[in-house]
Amino acid sequence: MKITKDDIIHVANLARLEMDEDSIQKFAVQIDDILRYVETLNNVNTECVQPTSHAIFLTNAFRNDEERQDFGRDALLENAPEKENGNFMVPKVVG
Amino acid sequence: MKLYELTIYEAHGLLNRKEISSQELTRAVLDRIAAVDDKIGAFITVAGESAIKEAKLADKAIAKGDISVLTGIPIAVKDLICTKGIRTTCASKILDNFIPPYDATVISRLKKAGAVILGKLNMDEFAMGSSTENSGIKLTHNPWDLTRIPGGSSGGSAAAVAADMCLGALGSDTGGSIRQPASHCGVVGLKPTYGRVSRFGLVAFASSLDQIGPLAKDVTDCAILAGAVSGYDPSDSTSVPMDVPDYSSFLTEGIEGVKIGIPKEYDSAQGLDPEVSSAVMNARKVMEKLGGKCVEVSLPNTGYAVPAYYVIAPSEASSNLARFDGVKYGFRDKERKNLMDMYRSTRSKGFGSEVKRRIIIGTYCLSAGYYDAYYKKASQVRTLIIEDFKKAFEICDVILSPVAPTPAFKIGEKADDPLTMYLSDIFTLSANLAGIPGMSVPCGFSSGGLPIGLQMMGKHFSEEVLFKAAYNFEQATDFHKRKPGI
Repeated sequence: MKITKDDIIHVANLARLEMDEDSIQKFAVQIDDILRYVETLNNVNTECVQPTSHAIFLTNAFRNDEERQDFGRDALLENAPEKENGNFMVPKVVG
Repeated sequence: MKLYELTIYEAHGLLNRKEISSQELTRAVLDRIAAVDDKIGAFITVAGESAIKEAKLADKAIAKGDISVLTGIPIAVKDLICTKGIRTTCASKILDNFIPPYDATVISRLKKAGAVILGKLNMDEFAMGSSTENSGIKLTHNPWDLTRIPGGSSGGSAAAVAADMCLGALGSDTGGSIRQPASHCGVVGLKPTYGRVSRFGLVAFASSLDQIGPLAKDVTDCAILAGAVSGYDPSDSTSVPMDVPDYSSFLTEGIEGVKIGIPKEYDSAQGLDPEVSSAVMNARKVMEKLGGKCVEVSLPNTGYAVPAYYVIAPSEASSNLARFDGVKYGFRDKERKNLMDMYRSTRSKGFGSEVKRRIIIGTYCLSAGYYDAYYKKASQVRTLIIEDFKKAFEICDVILSPVAPTPAFKIGEKADDPLTMYLSDIFTLSANLAGIPGMSVPCGFSSGGLPIGLQMMGKHFSEEVLFKAAYNFEQATDFHKRKPGI
């Protein structure tokens, strides 16, 4: 196996996902298949090849540091599952 | 002819001569949706009330002589493009109550041009999939055969256009998500050059690959919609500050002497259906009759596009989808009383399997110790794929290929086998990795009566060449005139 059940549990935790035993088992098999397939990339010689993260010629897109119209606090809070006094509300963080 | 069957330019002619009103046209299309969408399942949200309001405004503008080619034309939009005041779900439970406070730039542009926004279309959840079966909201059926998938991820967009439930639609394409459903539903679809169309207000899947584009009943309509949504937008830092040619003005130019590249690697692609292969071969002959000159080109790294893509796209997705945490918008599991538990539970209940699978793959590929082996390696192979295209475009103007290896498959056929599903993207992924434009045009039907699409790919920012080639091909054939019997 390229990827074990423990790897799936570890990575799921990093990604803030929780999974039951069945899903972990199923994912381990499927993702193992996919990663084995992905490893065909090792057949390609990429020595001295620069990686590409962006396919067109733009490099930096600068703009002046000027204040711009925003959507407004109320509009942005409209979709919040819980809010109070103009803030997003979250459950207890510590303790 | 029924009003809902009209193309955009036909409807524009009637509106311009005041033979019909936008309200009549919009009502006809809304009635059509009410009559057939129970069978197809293309729409997640029908915005009937606001559509009629917009149609009234369009009629007022037309009465004053203020008309553009899209004024009063009803258009539908894939449900991952933000529409102010209209629910935008990404076909995910995690966003099923999200009402955007702003319009995506493409929507502002359509509205400014006077278009009527009809509603929001089904898709694979967060655009991850090739069949629309990964929608967390509903199933969409192919109008040509209701037991088959419409393609994906813009399956709702392609099905709605094919079944005359809108005059045109917007989709998005990260690995073929406009072109493949267009091919399966017998409509025309364009994935523009990366940076041609603003992504502002498009919910991000893989930011370096995503591009919004049109799906339309024919090439002329596709050029109209592409022209309307293209162009520089300061709100998208990857949008390119370049003028957009008037695509419609190129259509009627001939293709005498246009060099058509035929990639030698594509014929031997795994799983290529003989009927698809022969439809593409016939298309090549049509292009030659029209004066195109076919040349063989080589894209030696074609076979590595799928594995490179399925590292890069999930990696970007795992990062983009971190924002769905139950705090700012969308679903929250309110049962959990501790922040970390709330994150985990919200995301686990909110995302479907394919999305979770890709988040896990992406997180794994980017995690400590694996970054070089997976993400860096895939990004280097991406460079080689781009170089392949550069070399090919030194000797040709347009590359012809199939869009999908087979016609639309049965609902459920590949649902439990993600890797097989991924392999069906072989012909379309490269264009996203290379950032080049790609188009799907109807080029035949299988013996079972299913549409087959032809892909045309071009150099960066050469959409007008694709439109010209596609229009000439379309006018020489009549595949686009056939309608599914819905």
